[in-house]
Amino acid sequence: MPVDIDIAKVAHLARIDLSAEELAQYGAQLSVILEYAERVSSLPTEGVEPTSHPLPATNAFRPDVVTPSLTNEEALAMAPEAEDGYFRVPRILGEP
Amino acid sequence: MAEWEAVIGIETHVELQTKSKMFCGCAVAFGEAPNTNTCPVCLALPGAIPVPNEEAIEGIVKIGTALDSTINKDSLFYRKNYFYPDLPKNYQISQYTFPVCEFGKLDIMVDGEPFTVGITRVHMEEDTGKSRHVGEGGRIHDASHSLLDFNRSGVPLVEVVTEPDIRTAEQARAYGAELQRIVRTLGVSDARLEEGSMRFDANVSVRRGPDAEFGTRTETKNVNSLRSLQRAITFEIDRQIRVLEEGGEIIQETRHWNEGKGVTISMRIKEESEDYRYFQEPDMLPLEIDEEWQQRVKANQPELPAQKRARYVGLGTDTHTAELLADDPALGGLFDEAVGAGADAKQAGIWLTQEVVAYLRREEKTLSATALSAEHVAELATMVAAGDLSSTASKDVLNGVLAGEGTPREIAESRDLIQISDSGFLDTEVDAVIADNAGAFEKLVAGDMKMIGFFVGQVMKRTGGKADPRLVSEMVRTKVQG
Amino acid sequence: MTDLADLSIAEAGRQLRAGDITSIDLWEATVTRIAYTEPHLHAFLTVDRDGARAAAHAADAAFKAGEDAGPLQGIPIALKDNMCTKGLATTASSRMLEGWVPPYDGTAVAKLRAGGAVLVGKTNLDEFAMGSSTENSAFGTSRNPWDTNRVPGGSSGGSAGSVAAGAAMGAFGSDTGGSIRQPAALCGVVGMKPTYGLVSRYGLIAFASSLDQIGPFARSVEDAALLLEGVAGHDIHDATSYRGEYPTFSDGLDLGVKGLRVGIVKELMVDAIDSEIRSASRAMADKLADAGADVVEVSLPSSEYALSAYYLIAPAECSANLARLDGVRYGNRVPADTTDEMMAKTRAAGFGPEVIRRILLGTYALSAGYYDAFYGQAQRVRTLVRQDFAKAYEHTDVLISPTTPTTAFEIGAKTDDPIAMYYSDVCTIPSNLAGDPSISVPVGLDTQGLPIGFQIMAPALGESTLFRAAAEVERLAEFTARPLLAVSKETV
Ligand SMILES: [Zn+2]
Repeated sequence: MPVDIDIAKVAHLARIDLSAEELAQYGAQLSVILEYAERVSSLPTEGVEPTSHPLPATNAFRPDVVTPSLTNEEALAMAPEAEDGYFRVPRILGEP
Repeated sequence: MAEWEAVIGIETHVELQTKSKMFCGCAVAFGEAPNTNTCPVCLALPGAIPVPNEEAIEGIVKIGTALDSTINKDSLFYRKNYFYPDLPKNYQISQYTFPVCEFGKLDIMVDGEPFTVGITRVHMEEDTGKSRHVGEGGRIHDASHSLLDFNRSGVPLVEVVTEPDIRTAEQARAYGAELQRIVRTLGVSDARLEEGSMRFDANVSVRRGPDAEFGTRTETKNVNSLRSLQRAITFEIDRQIRVLEEGGEIIQETRHWNEGKGVTISMRIKEESEDYRYFQEPDMLPLEIDEEWQQRVKANQPELPAQKRARYVGLGTDTHTAELLADDPALGGLFDEAVGAGADAKQAGIWLTQEVVAYLRREEKTLSATALSAEHVAELATMVAAGDLSSTASKDVLNGVLAGEGTPREIAESRDLIQISDSGFLDTEVDAVIADNAGAFEKLVAGDMKMIGFFVGQVMKRTGGKADPRLVSEMVRTKVQG
Repeated sequence: MTDLADLSIAEAGRQLRAGDITSIDLWEATVTRIAYTEPHLHAFLTVDRDGARAAAHAADAAFKAGEDAGPLQGIPIALKDNMCTKGLATTASSRMLEGWVPPYDGTAVAKLRAGGAVLVGKTNLDEFAMGSSTENSAFGTSRNPWDTNRVPGGSSGGSAGSVAAGAAMGAFGSDTGGSIRQPAALCGVVGMKPTYGLVSRYGLIAFASSLDQIGPFARSVEDAALLLEGVAGHDIHDATSYRGEYPTFSDGLDLGVKGLRVGIVKELMVDAIDSEIRSASRAMADKLADAGADVVEVSLPSSEYALSAYYLIAPAECSANLARLDGVRYGNRVPADTTDEMMAKTRAAGFGPEVIRRILLGTYALSAGYYDAFYGQAQRVRTLVRQDFAKAYEHTDVLISPTTPTTAFEIGAKTDDPIAMYYSDVCTIPSNLAGDPSISVPVGLDTQGLPIGFQIMAPALGESTLFRAAAEVERLAEFTARPLLAVSKETV
């Protein structure tokens, strides 16, 4: 069963700017891969707990201790654009 | 048709004042130079992964416990995915199903009436960086570009979500104030609204009476004080009622409170519900807050504001004084010690919340910067009770103590404020005055009670103003009754 | 006389400590080999000549001063270019990070430096470790030293090729679905994926956080154990790092397999696996039996769904892990009028097609309405895979199978067929889903003269048993062939 995908919406959620042609191409590829991946649903899993983690442990913490931060210069060293100690970006439209 | 009724729910974000951030060792600090408290983790450099701060987990358990919540033994972190430039990973580590705390409540008093606000959940997450918009007026839409500071990125954040139980702006304010008091009492956050270490979002809708369906709600952000929380909600309720009465429709949207104009402004219309693609954070192990941990937090819980207020009223203060004392840990602490040292609670409460507060404000000092001790308060109270000091003089003495001039007795003596309350001596004086003013005394005996003042005045004159007028007055009355 | 570049780490260590050779000697032999092989292989993205020379000098000075930081002191080692190295460019083979210089060392890197290792350089990989051939590298495909028309496997193809060719004495890679074991098999070297959590992931550019593990490439099982010992251990910077005790891995290498219960995995010996590889695996199973192992056939019934589950779980996690690459704080940026546009254009230009494919796949699998059918279901299948393993280990100590369905394939052979490429990892993925350790050991050449890998799997923290079995496989295989490229240099 081919999988129906709103590929433009997915690309927007992932913040990848693709042309109509690219969208169509990726959409078709994803559909094939998902069709294959969908085999997982043929396995009966009622009552099976999902594994999100291979380690059967809990509570890995760090103590509340301050460790050295990067300097402002180190933090900004690789910035595409910086200004007055800040990272600079183009206009931001809208709220999160 | 039934009266309009508002339905309000509040989401509160509280920044925890741990020493280090939620997932890295950078310092939690306010007001430092931009991008000086950052590291690979909180800048989300490639390869950097988070490790949770144990003290932050302790903090949320404290808050949840104080809010009578169920603390979930098993709790999970999730990734909440959305792109925004102040969010370095472009996902926020937060909680989704299985938050640390659920099903709590907070009891508040509004206009002397008790009111309970249900707490849906209390969960742990991390704060974002801050953006500054450069250009036209610093407003986001007109800006030419923006500047990002990630010092706040990854500061531990606790979100407290209420049930839609609140019905008025006054209740909302009272809830916000009480939550702020609790968080401060627990010592987990300074909860300063103006600095953003505590932030409210108000979900407001209106409906026709308590049996009607919930209306469409709006979410109001950018509320920077308790007063503006109340004002913003009041505005929003009125706006929604007006829109509906004019036949309009409420749109589900986020609105911004504009403090200067006193209005809420539409920011963004939620066309579809956000698709945050939550999934369990694979960089983190599950949290396990076992019974022992829960019990330890419960056992070490400080006296909460409501408990404290009730105790103060029980000691004899009035409700208002109890609130003032409970709100100020330094003042409340001194009050407790003074009462412990034998001071009358009612008297001590009044001195502390009136004279002392006025002095501190006038001198722009903190309590700890003055010489006032619990023993001083107790001594002062004893002197007044014994009649050694008039109530008026006690205020002068208190100010002297605050200014570091000495103990109450020393000051009272050096300022010559000690009253004569030796009844043997005063009795002689009263008799002398009566003897000198037989005519006046006859009038008094005949029922002209105004004359009491005359006799008290004469005794005060003879004693240079040091006699205890209360005592003298009593003595004159006794003489009249023969 | 043997070229020093071809020594094992264990042997080089003995000679260093005997004072017969210096670390500078080893470095010079290595850099000479690199100069010869690199034009053919393109195994490296960066060779840190100055840094390595300085580290070799430091190691020699330490030896002279009687200081010994362990078996890796003075040993030339290559690192996959998704391991963050302070002051040395780290790209994950992506345009997105071209020229990015991390301000910090990952924990494994820091441990290697502390252990006196000579870090030779950074090796090529499929972009962000997504691929099985290095053809997805933004900086060119690496070549297989056995046949430079063929791929070295991936994603850690550069690390595998460099060790096979003698361009490093050992190397590290990362394994999310087979990215160490598959290229090790295709290049005829030992490649090992440790138990999840044994090696810190701090500083490893994340692909799929619940599956990624750093592990070693070596020319012998003993060397692989030494390399792993150099990076394993609990790390406060990684919440998923294992906190308990574990034994020394290199201790039981001589114990043999007498009495060891070995299960050959039925589902990984099917027709889809090349028949030559199957016969080599079968032959090795027989040899193990002859050597005293108790070899039985076992079944991992859910393993045929493992690949499908993997291609939902790994993309889902990567879609979030790679979200930080947005052009805001580091990396390349495509200018635009608004930040939102800038991010979307930057990501479209910075990521290669396979990475985009997987990000889209993962985004879709997590999105509202599909979560349960895809990601949720895949996580439940993961549980079933783990249960299958647990059941098999009730009556076995280790499991065996081929490492790959084919030997090294020609460049370009699978680039147009993602699913065929994904199938390269069919034998290796189950261990990643389970979080268990697994190793590939070369056991022979096919009729085309290409190496065949043999996989051994053990339960979590069963590294000692795993290395013990692997050492016996190595002895039984008597695999001494070397790639032409590493041999013919002597005639140059
Ligand atoms: Zn940090």
